[in-house]
Amino acid sequence: MDHDALVLIEIGALILGIGLLSRLASWIGISPIPLILLGGLAFGEGGLFPFSQGEEFIEIGAEIGVILLLLMLGLEYTAKELVGNLRSSKVAGLIDMLLNATPGALLALLLGWGPVAAVAMAGITWISSSGVIARMLQDLGRLANRETPVVLSILVIEDLAMAFYLPVLTALLIGSGFGAATISVVIALAVVMLILFIALRHGRWVSRLVWSKEADVLLLSVLGLTLLVAGLAARANVSAAVGAFLVGIAISGPAAKHAQRVLTPLRDLFAAVFFLFFGLSTDVRDIVPMLVPALALAVVTMATKVLTGYLAARRSGIGEAGRWRAGFALTPRGEFSIVIAGLAVVAGVDRSLAALATAYVLITMVAGPLLARIPDARRFKDAALRIQTNRNARHAS
Amino acid sequence: MPAHVERAELPGIGVRHDIVTDAGRRLSVLNLRDGGRELALADQDDPDRASETIDLTDDEATALSEVLGGSLILTQLAGLREQVAGLSIEQIPVRADSPFVGRPLGDTKARTRTRCSIVAILRETGVLPAPGPADLLHSGDTLVAVGTRDGLDHLVRLVAGS
Repeated sequence: MDHDALVLIEIGALILGIGLLSRLASWIGISPIPLILLGGLAFGEGGLFPFSQGEEFIEIGAEIGVILLLLMLGLEYTAKELVGNLRSSKVAGLIDMLLNATPGALLALLLGWGPVAAVAMAGITWISSSGVIARMLQDLGRLANRETPVVLSILVIEDLAMAFYLPVLTALLIGSGFGAATISVVIALAVVMLILFIALRHGRWVSRLVWSKEADVLLLSVLGLTLLVAGLAARANVSAAVGAFLVGIAISGPAAKHAQRVLTPLRDLFAAVFFLFFGLSTDVRDIVPMLVPALALAVVTMATKVLTGYLAARRSGIGEAGRWRAGFALTPRGEFSIVIAGLAVVAGVDRSLAALATAYVLITMVAGPLLARIPDARRFKDAALRIQTNRNARHAS
Repeated sequence: MPAHVERAELPGIGVRHDIVTDAGRRLSVLNLRDGGRELALADQDDPDRASETIDLTDDEATALSEVLGGSLILTQLAGLREQVAGLSIEQIPVRADSPFVGRPLGDTKARTRTRCSIVAILRETGVLPAPGPADLLHSGDTLVAVGTRDGLDHLVRLVAGS
């Protein structure tokens, strides 16, 4: 059999496999990401069925997957929403960062992986999964709840923080020595500020540039512009993902709405390839020693997320039960923890970090949506109501 | 006093509008960015939580707003009756044997003959506020008319065909 045929067979089998896993996930009612990661592990290095051909496709596909994930994230929000949220919820965002980034960083230092890995681990435990959480809120019928805007605004702030965090991380991963690293961080941040400024002030111009009524023209223009900016950003050591995110923010109005519609299938395909690639390139044998640290980290950081949500909801005047709902809803980590781990591993940080991140994300993604249902339980509601009644009585007297 | 409507942005998802009723219940309307709509009622024990959410299609939302809008006209008219001496409001049924079944409202010449205004037509499918002369009358409709007592009595006889 010639090489091309083998490549097609393998890629076809892989995508079909992802399709089956996603079907299984939607049947169980969970996000497909954990299953795809597990699938990748099974076929990857040290896995059951090592995978040889079509690596090039998977590798480039994975890179495009990250870019599309961030582009779609940027398209979700308008620049105005981002800035408005930053003003109204900066304290909540700060509490979120302090409470959730610290445990990850500490664990990395404890394992002796060095300061750069600590920054990467901080990001992995900090960022909740907007995709999983938004879907979960919808499934649990909580969109009309009063604590939901609090949850969403924390997600928005985290996503915006990624625009600054990713370039810093990229600069640190590349930079050798303190001086060089500082310079590249400063340059990276300056570039982000510049692009963000253009997006805020001249977003309409960018939208007009890519806008077209024809779906195919729009698709090609947006995709082309995004890949181009992502490539240029990577060239300037800002990280391709951030470039894509900023393009997404700059595009607004009808162009954003239609672009979202035409790009969703592409995102679904390439994001799946990315998660698969991450699973494939993680060695199963690395995971076993990381299981205990991952479990401990998951328990600690899910608790800190619950606290984050509780405090943020309290600041917005939400009652006892709503505070717990906000807290538990924030626990799942996901796509961006994997994106961060991917960047770190490619840059040559300890390979165990990928294994730890995989196990960690698997645990929080499966446990998070289950935990989020706790506040809906009868006994929990009764207890919250008792606390609330007591508190109201105290206030009245 | 106009009701207080509160607006909350749901970044990436849509907009929520809340109305808190006099009785303290919260009613929310969710306009999702993908075009969907949800109607939600807050839990009485936990006012932050929506105890019930109902998805509405475009048509259902239109029908709901028409029914609410129509009944609103009736309430306002009921107030009018108390405010303006000598003016009455009457709901007049269109029976199957009425000569106007299947004919346009304009054929009744209600305004010129009786000096009454027909301000709405109530039927099973909803309310037709401010009907025009071309709107067809059906058996089972109820006409909501405003006028003097004598004029309304005249209109009742006219619609009944006696």
